[in-house]
Amino acid sequence: MKPDQQELSLLEGLAKNDREAVEVIYGRHFPMVQSLIINNNGSSEDARDIFQEAMIVLYERSRTPEFELQCQLKTYLYSVCRRLWLKRLAQAQRYIPQVNGLEETIPVEEDVELHEQKNLEFQMMEKALLGLGEPCKSLLEAFYIQRRNMSEIASSFGYTNPDNAKNQKYKCLLRLRKLFFSEYKINTV
Amino acid sequence: MDRIQLLDDIERYLRNEMTPAEKYAFEELRQGDPDVDLMVVEHSLFMHQLEMFGDQKNFRTSLHEIHTDLASKGVIKETAPKAIIAQLWKKHRRVMGVAASIAGITTLLIAGISTYYSRKASTAELQVLSKKFENTEKKVNALSQQVENKKVEEPKAPATPIKSGGTGFLIDGKGYIITNAHVVEGSQAVVLQNNKGAEFRASLIHLNAQNDIAILKIEDADFKAPSSLPYSFRKNGAELGEQLFTLGYPREEIVYNEGYMSALTGFNGDTLSCQIGVSANPGNSGGPVFNKNGEVIGIINTRQTQAEGVVFAVNARNIFNAVDSIVKIDSSANHLKLPLNSQLKGMDRVQQIRKIADCVFMVKSY
Repeated sequence: MKPDQQELSLLEGLAKNDREAVEVIYGRHFPMVQSLIINNNGSSEDARDIFQEAMIVLYERSRTPEFELQCQLKTYLYSVCRRLWLKRLAQAQRYIPQVNGLEETIPVEEDVELHEQKNLEFQMMEKALLGLGEPCKSLLEAFYIQRRNMSEIASSFGYTNPDNAKNQKYKCLLRLRKLFFSEYKINTV
Repeated sequence: MDRIQLLDDIERYLRNEMTPAEKYAFEELRQGDPDVDLMVVEHSLFMHQLEMFGDQKNFRTSLHEIHTDLASKGVIKETAPKAIIAQLWKKHRRVMGVAASIAGITTLLIAGISTYYSRKASTAELQVLSKKFENTEKKVNALSQQVENKKVEEPKAPATPIKSGGTGFLIDGKGYIITNAHVVEGSQAVVLQNNKGAEFRASLIHLNAQNDIAILKIEDADFKAPSSLPYSFRKNGAELGEQLFTLGYPREEIVYNEGYMSALTGFNGDTLSCQIGVSANPGNSGGPVFNKNGEVIGIINTRQTQAEGVVFAVNARNIFNAVDSIVKIDSSANHLKLPLNSQLKGMDRVQQIRKIADCVFMVKSY
């Protein structure tokens, strides 16, 4: 079953991290996933983690230009959650060969694999940022993640002028790059 | 310092913030220096990573916010983690419900059926008991009634018009016949039949229910009475242990029986009757009881139902009383006289019976 027009527009909103669209998707599909997880040895916290993970998978996929949803959002999210939860159970040595649920599923292994790769990178970046220490971390986050402009950052961080802040930022960035790539090489080689 | 400058240039290059001249110069530099080129590629990848990281982090934050938001709005409900039992319960609730209701229905059904049948059985038992009781009561009642009214069960002849039947015998040569009151009581007509099968109509002359004695008179002209009766009547009755014999019609045929005097009184010390040890059956009622001399000492009227061979007979004295009362009322009967001398004395039994049999009739009451 193909997604309808409304779902496609929701997906578009999701790709842009549009709050409203994400809220709609979240509210509509979380209960289903929650009941899946809870009926299969999980807690509501597990359900939240798994669902948010699945939302990230969907988010990442929706941002890739070649992505085209071949089924309903519900089916996609359910399939991803099921896959993720199976993995989680397997990791926790509580492997249950069959996760019970009556919903239709589609093969999502590839998407999940891809997501795991990205997750690894995400964790490396997070680790690198943590290793960077303050104020570099906050400075880089303010510029690259929160996308604030340089003069604003300079005033809030107490730099005398934006150029100083810029120089400081580049120094921090160089350190971060070093940390990240060392980690990256360890992980990829 | 120049490294920082270079980084700034790369960043501006990647973000397309350079002027065309600067961009051209930078591309020249990049082509000329492989290190710079590598750095551009690396930085591009790194920036992409960083961007991705930023986006994902933002997205995660917003997801988290949305979750809290929706949970507080009640759009989604966080179910508390349940215990295994609760989970099992939830999972198998329906099946358990069905099973429980089936079990319940079955139990109720079995209980209902068993109660129903056991109740039925107990009432049946009670009925049986009560019936038995009733029966006993009936018997007791019947017995007391029998004693009171001096009644015996009457044979129901196959020809149903007959209401009751018994035995009767002549008391004189003019067609007067004596029998039990209960044999003819309430009847429309009485027909007598002798041992040869000839029938005669008779009318009721006297009825004494108290003593259970009735006297009939044969009306039919074709009845030829014997000039004198072979037997006689004995007022004083018999001695204990005296040999006795009876004739009667328990069947279509005249039946002979013999026995002895068992007791001088009847049921419960009734002095109007006596107990004799002969076998008697319904139909014997009204039959004469003779001693060995062919003297009538009584009329069979009842037998005790619960005891074997206990038969009661009305004392012959009552026959005299009855005849006396008839004579008093009806002057036409003043010639009626009971014979007191038996012609049968000293005869052997077969001879006696041959003579007596003609005088004993079957009484059919319609």
